[in-house]
Amino acid sequence: MSELLDPVFLLGQLRSGLTTAMFLFLIASGLSLIFGVLKIINFAHGSLYMIGAYISWNMTLILGKTSLGFLGAVAVASVSVAILGGLVERFLLRYMYKREELYQLLFTYALVLIFADACKFIWGTQPHSVSRPPILSGSFDLLGVRFPHYDLFIIVLGPLIALGFWVLLNRTSFGRIIRAAALDREMVGALGANVSGLYLAMFVLASFLAGLSGALVSPIKSVVPGMDVEIIIEAFIVVVIGGLGSLWGTLLGSLIYGLTLAFGILIFPRFSIFAAFVIMAVVLIVRPWGLMGRPVK
Amino acid sequence: MLECRNLRKTFSGFVATDDVSLSAETKRTTAVIGPNGAGKSTLFNLITGHLQPDSGEVFLEGRDITGIAPHKICGLGIARSFQRTNIFAKLTVYENIQAAFIAHGGRGYDMWGVSERLFRDETEQMIEHLALQGIAGTIAGEISHGAQKQVELGIALAGNPRMLLLDEPTAGMSAQETHESIALLDRIAKERGLTLLFTEHDMDVVFSIAHTIAVLHQGRIIAVGAPDDVRCNEEVRRVYLGGGKH
Amino acid sequence: MSLPKRIPWTLVLFLVGLFIPVLGSRYYTFLATDILIFAMFATSLNLLLGVSGLVPFGHAAYFGIGAYVCAIFMKDLSVPFLAAWLAGGVGGALFAAVFGFFCVRLTSVYFSMLTMAFAQIVWAICFKWNDVTGGEQGYPNVPMPSMAWLEWLPWVGDLRIDHKFYYLTLILVALSMAAMRRIVNSPFGRILTTVRDNAERATFIGIDVRRYRLIVFSLAGGFAGLAGGLFGIFNRGVFPDFCYWPKSAEVLIMTILGGIHHFWGPSVGAAIIILLNQYIVSYTEFWPFFLGLILLVLLFAFPGGVAGAFAILVRGVRSIVGGRG
Repeated sequence: MSELLDPVFLLGQLRSGLTTAMFLFLIASGLSLIFGVLKIINFAHGSLYMIGAYISWNMTLILGKTSLGFLGAVAVASVSVAILGGLVERFLLRYMYKREELYQLLFTYALVLIFADACKFIWGTQPHSVSRPPILSGSFDLLGVRFPHYDLFIIVLGPLIALGFWVLLNRTSFGRIIRAAALDREMVGALGANVSGLYLAMFVLASFLAGLSGALVSPIKSVVPGMDVEIIIEAFIVVVIGGLGSLWGTLLGSLIYGLTLAFGILIFPRFSIFAAFVIMAVVLIVRPWGLMGRPVK
Repeated sequence: MLECRNLRKTFSGFVATDDVSLSAETKRTTAVIGPNGAGKSTLFNLITGHLQPDSGEVFLEGRDITGIAPHKICGLGIARSFQRTNIFAKLTVYENIQAAFIAHGGRGYDMWGVSERLFRDETEQMIEHLALQGIAGTIAGEISHGAQKQVELGIALAGNPRMLLLDEPTAGMSAQETHESIALLDRIAKERGLTLLFTEHDMDVVFSIAHTIAVLHQGRIIAVGAPDDVRCNEEVRRVYLGGGKH
Repeated sequence: MSLPKRIPWTLVLFLVGLFIPVLGSRYYTFLATDILIFAMFATSLNLLLGVSGLVPFGHAAYFGIGAYVCAIFMKDLSVPFLAAWLAGGVGGALFAAVFGFFCVRLTSVYFSMLTMAFAQIVWAICFKWNDVTGGEQGYPNVPMPSMAWLEWLPWVGDLRIDHKFYYLTLILVALSMAAMRRIVNSPFGRILTTVRDNAERATFIGIDVRRYRLIVFSLAGGFAGLAGGLFGIFNRGVFPDFCYWPKSAEVLIMTILGGIHHFWGPSVGAAIIILLNQYIVSYTEFWPFFLGLILLVLLFAFPGGVAGAFAILVRGVRSIVGGRG
């Protein structure tokens, strides 16, 4: 029992929890954004993430294991997924905006099925992994805990992206229109803003993020079928905890979830499989709109 | 019959209803008028239990009904219609009214009977009463706005209420429809001895059938009385009748 | 000549169903049994979806619970089949009542997600509770019910056990469907449609919306549990993935594909999905891909589902043939 309270061990769990949290945030933020503005719950977000991971892995085979190669792979993956997202929005999704929620969900689920099998078809079912880029493959010691540079990179990236979003939404005119459109799409359209172009832009941006996350996760987790579903469920839980549509809520939710998982495992080893859903259920029962969402009743 | 005392409701600092006291006399028609935003719907919501007042009470025939849940209020003899037409869009006109009879008739938990067969006479009578025979089999979501309002009235009347609360019953109607609708309302109210409380901002409507008029402005009642008295009231003229207020 | 006003589908289908084993093919009987069970499962879902306007993502939980309860009662507790089967239904209904209590306080997306969260918790429990449910390995070797009583039907005595089980399923499913049909057409069912169309208005005709939703949620869970009980036997074993969310997604798709506004829609959807699955799986392993495509076609071309499209067709034919019918 005393090992559990060993500060080094706890610090290690903290590091692990933070890393999980931040990189969940990268995905969940895109999900939250799409829901906040387009009012669609995009199951396929996890699929885009998975596609990003696969493309990135594929590119490292071509570009090599150098840092530059990794960078290139990440870039190609993110942009490809962004383009894919754009195509989906333009040719399919936009016809779904006026449909009932149930059908929108079903649509994104259809995409999940299609993308998952497409990945299986192209890249097979064997797990793949990517080695960390040399520039980030080291680690340093923090208070006796080994801290991989890569983890630090992810932990720092999370809040940076959050900040970037915040700036985009609150300090640019683009952001202002987005926020207005989230509240009243028709009005904004009537005022002359190109709402459909806006929606396209948002979806492309969210897809880019998903692809980026997938590419960045490939050195940490193995790239394998099923990663789309695993991540989307976790992302959902995070977004529910934080509040659908709230960016800071998503950040908070990610932290809560990541840390609870990291420390919960200590107390109750079988915890992890339940943790996610119990947390989600509790939040939905007690405060459905999450910690920072707008009260809906 | 219905008495509101000192009702008050604020929404995050915005005072929607400010110390409103109002009485609706039994078997008479009372109208609440006021420009948009005066707080008419909020007042109705307070009476029917959709909202809890911050302070004040609502009495029905001397009994305190403040804040009772809407589905129970209905059992006490009050029926309500809504500003936005509120009917069961996927059901036919016939089914809409039949459903209301089923609910009011306490047969809602019956899982064995055949719903089609229940309350046929009553439903048909109501449909005739409201001149809806031609469209009885049409899906309610597809009929004209005016007809939908009729259906809504039918749903409200199915419960054989003693009091009707109507929230802007002629909203969105043409002049002709308004005229017919109001005549119908007046007739029904007199036939059934209903107490009518309605909100409106069409002045002609109000003055033609109301016994008592209350004028609401920014959440407060600024005048109450017989139509002629209200018409002459200075403040009312200034606030409401004079010069296109919003 | 005019078309009959109402075709007694229930009877027609039942009669058709009686003849399947006569074809003598184990494969057809197998498929038919599968379709019957999922038709019932999907119809139970439609009590919520089409009739009440609720969208649950975790309906498979009650299917799984019914399967486990029925199987465990029969194998571990030696309870006779019929009682065990009914216990499965009761189990499904009870859990649905408990979970439903929390779920019906929410609307739309939140309702859906909470139902899924509860379903995943049930899945996790089934997955981990090795002593009772067999854990990850599942609960195998569920015994076949004693079907000696079926043999008063002249041609049944000589049939193989699969065919006998098919008849048992046919009878039980037919009874359950009849019960669900009765509920849908009852005053209770009518009130549910008013809650679906306009919950606020329903409140104003005296309906306690939450209570109605809870009751129908429990009923749906009960019927799902009954379907699950049959499936556990059919499948020769009960596994945690009966509760897993893709199962919920599968039954949701069947229901919507078939058409949520018609009583037989979900059954049609179940039949189509199962038959298509069998067909496509024999050519390729990429069934999910095709399912996704089917969904897309459904969403873009047939919003009312197959039954909806069929109804439009029938109406069109009637107006041509029946004249002023």
